Amino acid sequence: MDLYEYQARDMFEAHGVPVLGGEVARTVDEVRAAAERVGTKSGGVVVVKAQVKAGGRGKAGGVKVVKSPDEAAAAAEKILGMDIKGHTVKTVMIAQGAKIAEEYYFSILLDRANRTYLAMCSKEGGMDIEALAVERPEALAKIAVDPNVGIDAAKAKEIVDAAGFDDADKPALSNVISKLWNVYKAEDATLVEVNPLVKTEDGQIVALDGKVSIDENSSFRHPEHEVYVDHSKTDPLEVLAIERHLNYVKLDGCVGIIGNGAGLVMSTLDVVAYAGEEFTMADGTHPKPANFLDIGGGANAEVMANGLDIIFEDAQVKAVFVNVFGGITACDAVADGIVKAYDILASHGKSPKPLVVRLDGNNAEKGREILDSAKLPLLERVDTMDGAARRVAELAAQH
Amino acid sequence: MAIFLNADSKVIVQGMTGSEGMKHTTRMLNFGTKIVGGVNPKKAGTTVDFPGGQQVPVFGSVADAMAATGANVSVIFVPAAFTKAAVIEAVDAGIPLGVVITEGVAVKDTAEFYNYAKDKGTTRLIGPNCPGLISPGLSNAGIIPADISGPGRIGLVSKSGTLTYQMMFELRDFGFSTGVGIGGDPIIGTTHIDCLKAFEEDPDTDAIVMIGEIGGDAEERAAAYIAEHVTKPVVGYVAGFTAPEGKTMGHAGAIVSGSSGTAQAKKEALEAAGVKVGKTPSETAALMREIMKGLGH
Repeated sequence: MDLYEYQARDMFEAHGVPVLGGEVARTVDEVRAAAERVGTKSGGVVVVKAQVKAGGRGKAGGVKVVKSPDEAAAAAEKILGMDIKGHTVKTVMIAQGAKIAEEYYFSILLDRANRTYLAMCSKEGGMDIEALAVERPEALAKIAVDPNVGIDAAKAKEIVDAAGFDDADKPALSNVISKLWNVYKAEDATLVEVNPLVKTEDGQIVALDGKVSIDENSSFRHPEHEVYVDHSKTDPLEVLAIERHLNYVKLDGCVGIIGNGAGLVMSTLDVVAYAGEEFTMADGTHPKPANFLDIGGGANAEVMANGLDIIFEDAQVKAVFVNVFGGITACDAVADGIVKAYDILASHGKSPKPLVVRLDGNNAEKGREILDSAKLPLLERVDTMDGAARRVAELAAQH
Repeated sequence: MAIFLNADSKVIVQGMTGSEGMKHTTRMLNFGTKIVGGVNPKKAGTTVDFPGGQQVPVFGSVADAMAATGANVSVIFVPAAFTKAAVIEAVDAGIPLGVVITEGVAVKDTAEFYNYAKDKGTTRLIGPNCPGLISPGLSNAGIIPADISGPGRIGLVSKSGTLTYQMMFELRDFGFSTGVGIGGDPIIGTTHIDCLKAFEEDPDTDAIVMIGEIGGDAEERAAAYIAEHVTKPVVGYVAGFTAPEGKTMGHAGAIVSGSSGTAQAKKEALEAAGVKVGKTPSETAALMREIMKGLGH
């Protein structure tokens, strides 16, 4: 789960990482008031920064340096409501202006390949760090961090030495790096990135812009992280899916997909997309998946019915594919769920959409019998995954 | 022979007395897995009766269970919040194989227990968040349904549970030496490469199916390993060509793996290493079927 910049800033401050003043504002009036307060320490100079979970804010015009509360309000007028890579700007951070002497880069992240953590540090921050990594890899120090040791004084020294900092700056940088490690460890982060980490004209090391991702699996020991859960999702189907504890992602095609297990559902999306290439719809496009929905291992009839109900609610869906390989999940429970979903649909006075069901594995025969004897309208049983995908794409193209 | 797990494997279950543990221990016992004990400090000294008539003693610790039974495999079902402690206990006891089924383990916990086990050097970990492994006809440690496929000479390694089942089902006419579900978490104990190496060395495995999915660069590294070290035929499948960009891949994380998080990159890397990659699970199974026929099966 990614945090907003202002949330990262506050988290840094709580762990003693040096940051500059910053306040969040959601309206132009709030911006003006925040700029009055924040600007007192920097001669009125503040930065109005769009708060979106996307890179390239500066290029998109979402970051403006201003010299007065009035200018801040004028800048916020433009930034609030702006669209940055599909994210609408609803909040801005009013950050204290800084006199920057040098810009550095520092991050700690998970190194999946080595199954450790990795600290990355460069004297050349502020720019696109991915470009730096490709163009001048020697300018980016990469140091492995043992999860059971962490960044102690020796490791911090190793990092600042490898990055080639001036000796005079090393103690202060090591200190900030140690504190950023505390953030990473204490908050169960999977990424802590500071870009830029700056040296101000008066020699202070300050984290000017931070990015933090926290591990959602750690929520059992971080009830306080609940505040970071983004409830601003606007897609009503995704909201409904969250309420029902379903693992659902809305996509833009017309074939509804339900399966069990993330790998099988991902595979189902692919197989439907391939099959869809053979068929053309009235608007000239090919049928594609409308969603990702994993009902998980050991799913019961209730879960299946809830899932199918959400898919039927999706106006874009023209045909639905239920692809289940029963490992722990019993296919008869899945079939019961489908029957139940039809009941729910009927009770709402709605009609079903074409549905192709493929059941294999645990209790597949029982499940198929339940479906056959229920004689549900528009439901077809196809017993191979590829065959079922082809049929559902064909049905989507016809409707 | 099989890899990691065979007819002599003596299995204990950490978390056996919980609901998931009971359910899956019952299944493992019905398959014929030698379950020699459960671990639960609060119920040490008691015996659990299973529906098939088997009685399994409960020990207070992994070390006690190993001393009393000679157990060499532990299957771990304890809840995510307690998984790290359970794994550390198993590693401290020196159990050779720990199979961590639990899903939702915090990645910091996994990073810590994996490196702890690595430093000790006596325990192989599989998982977390995995279905475990099965050597059909010999032993089953985890939750892979035993009736999908019988014994044979194909080795399988997969990040995904249900795709493991799907592939074993597709190729049930040939059967498997061992199927290993390594799990899809960011950090896992046993990798594709570990399994490829073991299958290459296993005289009872003739060909290998490898199933991957988007994220990280494990498949690319496996491809490089295959090109260098694997002489047996390998067939691959990668899920997630049309999946939306993974949110777990942080901005800086992309630097480490470069452009190699996508399914397309993984497929290309595998093909460059001489691995035949199927477009669908069924097509992948068909590729393996041809290979097995070519080998005279």
